Amino acid sequence: MELSYVLMLTILLPIFGAVVISKLGKVPNIREGVTLLTALSLFTLNIYLLIHQQDAIQAGFIVAEPIDGLAISFAFNAFGVMFALIASGLWIATSIYAMGYMRAHKESHQTRFYTLFAVAIAGVMAVAYSENLFTLFIFYEFLTISTYPLVTHSGNRDAKRGGRKYILILMGSSILFFLPAMIITWYTAGSLEFVQGGILKGSLDSAYVLPLLLLFILGISKAGVMPLHRWLPSAMVAPTPVSALLHAVAVVKAGVFSVVKVVVFIFGTDFITASDANDLLILLPAFTIIAASLIALTKDNLKERLAYSTISQLSYIVLGAMIANQLAIVGASMHIAMHAFAKIALFFAAGAILVTTHKKYVSQLDGLGRQMPITFTIFTVGSLSIIGLPFFGGMWSKWYLLSGGIQFEGSQFVYWIILITLSVSSMLNIFYLLSIPMKAFFTVPSNEKTHIKEAPIACLIGMAIPTAMTIYLFFDPSVFYTLSQTLVG
Amino acid sequence: MTEQLTILLVVIPLLSAPITAIFKNHLLTWAITLSVSIVCFAISGVILAEVIDGKHVIYELGGWRPPWGIEYKIDSLNAFIALIVSGIAVVSGIFSFRSAPSEIDTTQSGLFYAAFQLCLLGLLGIALTGDIFNLFVFLEISSLSSYALISMGRKRQALTASFAYLILGTIGATFFLIGVGFLYAASGSLNIADIAERFSSFEDMQLVVTAFIFILLGIALKAAIFPLHSWLPNAYGFAPSTVSIFLSATATKVSIYVLLRVLFDLYPIAYWQELLIPQLLLVLGCVGVIYGSVRAWQQVEIKRLLAFSSVAQIGYIVIGIALLTETGLTAAVLHLFNHAIIKATLFIGAGILVYRANSTKLSDLRGFGASMPWTFFAMAFAGLSLIGVPGTVGFVTKWYLLEAAIQQSKWIVVGAIVIGSVFAIAYVWKIVEALYFNSKRKIHIQHVKSGDINIPSASKSMGLALWLGAIACLYFGLFTNIPFNAANAVAKALLGM
Repeated sequence: MELSYVLMLTILLPIFGAVVISKLGKVPNIREGVTLLTALSLFTLNIYLLIHQQDAIQAGFIVAEPIDGLAISFAFNAFGVMFALIASGLWIATSIYAMGYMRAHKESHQTRFYTLFAVAIAGVMAVAYSENLFTLFIFYEFLTISTYPLVTHSGNRDAKRGGRKYILILMGSSILFFLPAMIITWYTAGSLEFVQGGILKGSLDSAYVLPLLLLFILGISKAGVMPLHRWLPSAMVAPTPVSALLHAVAVVKAGVFSVVKVVVFIFGTDFITASDANDLLILLPAFTIIAASLIALTKDNLKERLAYSTISQLSYIVLGAMIANQLAIVGASMHIAMHAFAKIALFFAAGAILVTTHKKYVSQLDGLGRQMPITFTIFTVGSLSIIGLPFFGGMWSKWYLLSGGIQFEGSQFVYWIILITLSVSSMLNIFYLLSIPMKAFFTVPSNEKTHIKEAPIACLIGMAIPTAMTIYLFFDPSVFYTLSQTLVG
Repeated sequence: MTEQLTILLVVIPLLSAPITAIFKNHLLTWAITLSVSIVCFAISGVILAEVIDGKHVIYELGGWRPPWGIEYKIDSLNAFIALIVSGIAVVSGIFSFRSAPSEIDTTQSGLFYAAFQLCLLGLLGIALTGDIFNLFVFLEISSLSSYALISMGRKRQALTASFAYLILGTIGATFFLIGVGFLYAASGSLNIADIAERFSSFEDMQLVVTAFIFILLGIALKAAIFPLHSWLPNAYGFAPSTVSIFLSATATKVSIYVLLRVLFDLYPIAYWQELLIPQLLLVLGCVGVIYGSVRAWQQVEIKRLLAFSSVAQIGYIVIGIALLTETGLTAAVLHLFNHAIIKATLFIGAGILVYRANSTKLSDLRGFGASMPWTFFAMAFAGLSLIGVPGTVGFVTKWYLLEAAIQQSKWIVVGAIVIGSVFAIAYVWKIVEALYFNSKRKIHIQHVKSGDINIPSASKSMGLALWLGAIACLYFGLFTNIPFNAANAVAKALLGM
């Protein structure tokens, strides 16, 4: 009973924080203090739920029941607590980072920024703890709307155009595909509950698994599977903390989180493999992984390159979900965590470069590594983790994904596609990510006398947290591993 | 007791309208109108509570027994429509307190409010009566008064808009009357229940089909069902704000109600199924949804944009009717209610813009949201509701509508509904974007009396009306019991389940 209140608080606390923050526009120090405090308490609440997860299974509450049999309700679930932990934990790092960044960059409307950030986090918590697909869908949309003003923060032409693309692709695809897919599920299965092993088995003809799952994947365009990925590069017009937390962690991970939820709890992995639907569907994320990596190679704008890298990495998770055996699902789930820590570090580093040097193109970074050694070391660590090398957390998720790929039991052709995709894309990662710190460290700068120093101290602290986590998670990934294990029972 | 109440719904505005016309004082005429609306709203609520579980309330005018006399036969559908109409009347009444004086010459306010009450009377009468000729009379009362109301718009185009509506509206009404006349010639009766009961005795006559086609065309024109919608955008666009709110939320809805009565109570379902009317309506509904949404997206002026969106929303309702299932009809009737709330809220927002900035052109209003954050927020919320974002009323109807279409595996209909929704995102976002982003240009204001660049804030009454609407959008999106049960009861009754 008591834990139900804790659960409720995880969603209400950021909302409450947002209200307080919005009133503190006149005193920036206190405003940012409140943000940090809210983030810390939210993280504590999620830790509390994690510690008490044995008793928390019962925790849950219902808000309303707009459609007969379909309630807006929340419940504790292990996969959700993992997502909530990542998002709230990295919110702390982002808050610290944002203090340095927003001030140094002299951004306008900072109160609006902090307020809406908290509101978006509330949406993420609601997505994480949704008890059924209906609730998840509601807050999936809520997240789209609440992040829109953050994407268009600067209010210039680019922001306007980017924002339009953002809202139209995300909301359009969810209404065009996700909503019908959900209603078809509701109509055939008579329920939208998340049940271990799925709800569609027995009520849906296995010939329809492929089209329905395709509708879901296209509808959940937050997962960034091509061809509906264009919103993510557009969203890069946002301030860096937004790109870092929302468009490398919270929003995009809400997308892949939903995909994994649908695969595991709506269809059931056995049902998908039995129907052979995944043979064809695997090609979609596999294509995205390679194509996005290749596009990333051509991008000179640092944030855009990172965005395409995110698209590629998100498809690893979708690929894992589509392979749909135990190891791959665990790998997909762990990749949500591992990629989050590494990618947010990369974005923070990109933001630190922008805020100190006002350079946003890769080609301008020659020799900067000597002036900003900390920033570029962090960038290197993040890159190495994304590539999946040892001593960095990213290795484990790739390990499980690859093991899952090896155990794949569908057609031989697809089997080789999976293995080739995974190995080739790691190579491409090296090219498009690692080349950046290489350039910065080893190229001699063209113009000699510059007095560039490191980013503000708050930025550095914010960057250090996820970087340290990346290294720590190599030695002890047990938290995320055990939570991921619950997905496969 | 309740029987006597039903007739009061018509009698009260009928008596108060001429009295209102005598006065020239705005405050007085406004107070009369608002209290009349509130009384009607209360009465409708009492009646709905009485009939929601399937009972009928019957009132015989002058004590003449039907089918000779006129009878008012109230079931859940009548009461539901009456509640919507009088509820919207209350909201637009609250709104008009500040808006009407700024848009209508004070010497005319008596006439304005008298016409408003007559319009309310006509719409309520249509909703209550069980006599098809009496229905025509009320249809004309409401139409004539709405021509007058629209023509009071401040711009001169209001006159042409009103005149165009008058021509088309009269054609529609005449068609309806010819149909009723033919039906009378065939059946010898004007009482809906009586005609339906004896239908088999004259159903072979060619005249009955002709009557049906005439009646259907007449109503379709009045309800602005695509492609007979051409009067609607100008009429709503140029009418005074109060009138736009009231008419957009009620007039077409009441015509849809008449359509429901004709299709389900007057003629047997099997009879018009043979005429392929469901297929026809389904196609018109789908095309209307897409056409209306695309045209709305092309508009550069908020009121016209909203008006075209109404054409699309009427399309959704028509689709729901044409699917001919319990879920579909429930969705259609529910959307009568939900769309009334949404559109009223958005037109109130547009009215506030007219009041403050004296313009509803999107290019004039760039960045105006910053000076009215609360109004902007409520409008954006109602806009999301129009798209059908979950948690709002629009979502609930879209859900049932899609469910109904999926039940019958009508995938083209599913496609039309979702494509319409995607265009809804585009046109709602046009408004949001225009109001949200700061512009470099100063807001250009036309002849504001005070000499200020704009009126610094919306009045409290306007804000109250707007937020009543916005909160209703949220509340009925989460707690759907009341409207859903009513709509479901209506759908079951119509299908005879």
